[in-house]
Amino acid sequence: MFKKVLIANRGEIALRVISACRELGIKTVAVYSEADAHSLHVRFADEEVCIGPPRSAESYLNIPSIISAAEITGADAIHPGYGFLAESAYFAEVSEACRVRFIGPSPRAIRLMGDKSLARATVRKAKVPVLPGSEGAVESPEKALAVAHEIGFPVMLKAAVGGGGRGMRVVENEAGLGKAFLAAQREAEAAFGSGDVYIEKYLPNPRHIEIQLMGDSKGNIVFHGERECSIQRRHQKLLEEAPSTAVSERLREKMGRMAVQAAQAVSYVGAGTVEFLLDENERFYFMEMNTRIQVEHPVTEMVTGADLVKDQIRVAAGEPLGYRQRDIVVRGASIECRINAEDPVTFAPSPGKIHAFHVPGGPGTRVDTAAHAECMVQPYYDSLIAKLIVHGRDRKEAIARMKRCLSLTVIEGVKTTIPLHRRILDDPDFRAGRYSTRFLERFA
Amino acid sequence: MNIEELKELLEFVSERNIAELELEEGGTKLKIRKSLAGPPPEAQLAMAPVVKMPESAAASVESAVGPGALEDGLIYVTSPMVGTFYRQPEPGAEPFAREGDYVKKGQVLCIIEAMKLMNEIECEHEGQLVKVLVENGQPVQYGDQLFAVRGA
Repeated sequence: MFKKVLIANRGEIALRVISACRELGIKTVAVYSEADAHSLHVRFADEEVCIGPPRSAESYLNIPSIISAAEITGADAIHPGYGFLAESAYFAEVSEACRVRFIGPSPRAIRLMGDKSLARATVRKAKVPVLPGSEGAVESPEKALAVAHEIGFPVMLKAAVGGGGRGMRVVENEAGLGKAFLAAQREAEAAFGSGDVYIEKYLPNPRHIEIQLMGDSKGNIVFHGERECSIQRRHQKLLEEAPSTAVSERLREKMGRMAVQAAQAVSYVGAGTVEFLLDENERFYFMEMNTRIQVEHPVTEMVTGADLVKDQIRVAAGEPLGYRQRDIVVRGASIECRINAEDPVTFAPSPGKIHAFHVPGGPGTRVDTAAHAECMVQPYYDSLIAKLIVHGRDRKEAIARMKRCLSLTVIEGVKTTIPLHRRILDDPDFRAGRYSTRFLERFA
Repeated sequence: MNIEELKELLEFVSERNIAELELEEGGTKLKIRKSLAGPPPEAQLAMAPVVKMPESAAASVESAVGPGALEDGLIYVTSPMVGTFYRQPEPGAEPFAREGDYVKKGQVLCIIEAMKLMNEIECEHEGQLVKVLVENGQPVQYGDQLFAVRGA
């Protein structure tokens, strides 16, 4: 087992890793930028090293600084958290080359899954369903028609280069395809300098369902159920829950096995998440794999009793998983709300000093946060203040519990997304479990 | 020196055509500098500094600075990176710079070793190297004070 772990991150996830290390009897090293000198992760770690000025590029993304900090403190492993360098294959390589274990999968697995088209190709070979589409750019309206017939309408035309909705068109049927294709090409050319357009099957109301995986170095990979993460704004998740109301026990088995298959294709070790799009007919398609611990991991921990971060550290140290697929049981329901320092209507960031802070307790309540009264929400990093997580015997109780927690939370001095979360929890469609990735449009 | 004496001294400097006055009396050093226009002269009374240092560096800093006062007008060369501080190019060689040396802009003052690479740290100021604030072989963080230079 490791003697000393350096946490290459900040905020609540740094505290989460420190917590796991404390329970495992491992010493911790915090690295921090000058802006975070008074942060809780610095205060609670056994040692701390200042690695640079506030800007992420010069501190939390500064590989030489972080590796150097591991060297001077004698850390034998680095936990990268999420974001920052968590999915940098290069960072994992440098760390291992300097004989500091990287707590995560191999650089090769990170690379393969980090590139979206490489990932799709890799898992397709492993017989995992992938969203059907053209292999690359489509040259002509005739070719486009052929592909569309093969995959079935409706289809989405997308610019190969760039995004943001430009060069994108949804086509419902044959009649509209030719014109839409030419228009998409023109738009893509104008916006991105390349008229390359590819075609993908269009799912009108997909749900974002992800499977939590954990693999050890002996080749055992298990899945810890699913998380429903469809409540997103511009691809940023706001509220997550487990289990999903759209996933039956049978479907969970199928998706879980597929996710494990995808991970086995790259000999995956550690915590990872496979993201799927689920359509209204229980068909699901691989979207991507995240080769790190995720922000929303607590909802899985609440329904399965797992400690995913401890598992990460143990398997990285070479220990076997210690449990099998059949030992994992999903009990009750869990919801997480990400409380961000943002305007709940405009989403404009609201950094500043929090001068009053109180988080709720009581049954089935968990709060993951590095905030406290008189702390500064820095403008340099993400706006996450706290994750409010609840567990209930069923979804109805979880919703009531989350409503109670939100109303008994005090955060003053900055704007927060709490009002938006309360509106979501009161929404009849949400309460009925009837929603897709388009849900937040009604609040946009 | 009491507050009355200090006030008199400040008025004295203010009225006269004195740009800068340095006075040493007993264990106290006083420097008064007058800006050419505008606000009255500022007095900086040298006292033992209250400096928040990371624990690893604190012990060695105390021994380097000693119980005496730190003067103002000093520029601190701080570490631009995390690593191990070395005073000389290799073991057994002469240090790059000694206390009392006159150092120039661009002159290499020390090496900080990070990830097996030796990074030469250059002086960005000109003046007299007054104090070396860290020990040879000591680990340093970003922002740690390494040298005190009295600007020319």
